[in-house]
Amino acid sequence: MKEIRFIYHPDNALEKAGRSAEPLHGEAERTCPNCHVTMKESAFRNSNWTCRCGYHFRLGARERITMIADRKSFQELFQDIVSTDPLSFPSYEEKLRKAQAISGEKESAITGLCTIGGFDAAIFAMDPNFMMGSMGAACGEKISRLFEYASEHCLPVVGFTVSGGARMQEGLLSLMQMAKTSGAVKRHSSKGLLYITVLTDPTTGGVTASFAMEGDIILAEPGATIGFAGARVIEQTTRQPLPKGFQTSESLLSHGFVDAIVPRSEMKAAISSLLRMHRRAI
Amino acid sequence: MDAYERVRIARKTDRPTAADYIGSCFSSFFELHGDRRYRDDRAIIGGIAMLEDMPVTVIGIEKGHTAAERVEHSFGAPEPEGYRKALRLMKEAAKFQRPIITFVDTSGAYCGIGAEERGQGSAIAENLMEMMDLPVPVIAVLIGEGGSGGALALATANRVWMLENSVYSVISPEGCASILYKDASLADAAAENLRLTAQDAYSFGICERIIPEDDIGSPSFYKKLSSELYSEMQKLLQIEDIKEDRYQRFRAFGSGVAI
Repeated sequence: MKEIRFIYHPDNALEKAGRSAEPLHGEAERTCPNCHVTMKESAFRNSNWTCRCGYHFRLGARERITMIADRKSFQELFQDIVSTDPLSFPSYEEKLRKAQAISGEKESAITGLCTIGGFDAAIFAMDPNFMMGSMGAACGEKISRLFEYASEHCLPVVGFTVSGGARMQEGLLSLMQMAKTSGAVKRHSSKGLLYITVLTDPTTGGVTASFAMEGDIILAEPGATIGFAGARVIEQTTRQPLPKGFQTSESLLSHGFVDAIVPRSEMKAAISSLLRMHRRAI
Repeated sequence: MDAYERVRIARKTDRPTAADYIGSCFSSFFELHGDRRYRDDRAIIGGIAMLEDMPVTVIGIEKGHTAAERVEHSFGAPEPEGYRKALRLMKEAAKFQRPIITFVDTSGAYCGIGAEERGQGSAIAENLMEMMDLPVPVIAVLIGEGGSGGALALATANRVWMLENSVYSVISPEGCASILYKDASLADAAAENLRLTAQDAYSFGICERIIPEDDIGSPSFYKKLSSELYSEMQKLLQIEDIKEDRYQRFRAFGSGVAI
């Protein structure tokens, strides 16, 4: 397996906000945060937002679903569930409004139904542009309801994770979502139903330690950062240099925590194939 | 008392640790070791004991008192093997229809290279999922620090009790301050905002009972706690569907966010 270690540049405004640059001459351009090549946005879009160097751009939740779901098959569920500010946490409401404006979404996860290669599935995708996909009560509620819906209707669940973890502005209520969603996953699993997770960059903290790692099949995009504790925190705590490729998809594959690394261009085919092979023989 | 003062008390090294509770609230404790996968993580201690006339499985996150003990128990920060050991003991309890009592006291799951490589996130996730499915009643008692997912991995219980000065939080106040205010010294403000005290948790329904600390560590303290655990366990044993009880307990958190 070729090792790809991408360096995330927090000062790269393009990548951070996931927005395109202002068009200078006609069409907008984007720069790959990994190899720094600059290309027209349409060129990246036409290659599923992957660069020639292998870098996978972060994707908004809706773009992700568009890429995976059969055309016009996506039907959104639970879209009215939005975050509240249960602790009256200073400046949280302002952050929520900003996140909604940047992402164009009401919450950090989108949930619904679709077909993938003709197979029915419940689907969720998290949005890195919404407070880095952090999980608060609304996100946990949507994920839990989706699993409950899928259990009731005997549907597989396909989920794309990207998250900085539990949303600290909701305190303990966000921590409780880890147990709540895990309970819903377990009930779905106990009914003999399939759950495929796709870990994308970055999947960390409380989401890694709950529904991201609870799939029957766990896929990952190449070069994604996947872990529980943050790399910087580990480095500061242990005062040891981190091994090469630490907390990457490739490292998780070799340590046995990921089933396969699937490039974005092959993702839909891989998921369709898995859905087909998990149909009941009897 | 402000929230950060509670955090300081919760972290005091002279507070009773899980081993003290296990030794004083139960009798005939028989310790069981290892995760049957790789090793025995001493940050978690557990085994079978008698709660009055009732055999129970007890599991605790142990911090230790002396410097040597604290090193032996990794300062109460479990690695993946610790969580897998706890799960193995819980599954053994389920097989023999034995109720489970856990004592939670951790600043968080162990933060290290090896812990990540051996699947810290995966180990916690598996505990959350499997604890939801336990066919026996579970009571979790937070005795000191309830640090995030590392604590929840032993607290996905039917009832959660907290010592008066214990704390339970999604992130440490220092971590929260360094992320939000770029200054860990503002931890006291973060502690206040995070609403991490037992009284806060009680107000959200995240803990069902607050245990007073007036006589903490005394024989009467343990005796009272022991008899409360016994009578609560008797009540839980009457519940027909204990899994449903546990599921609904957690299902309720944040279910009111829909508009």
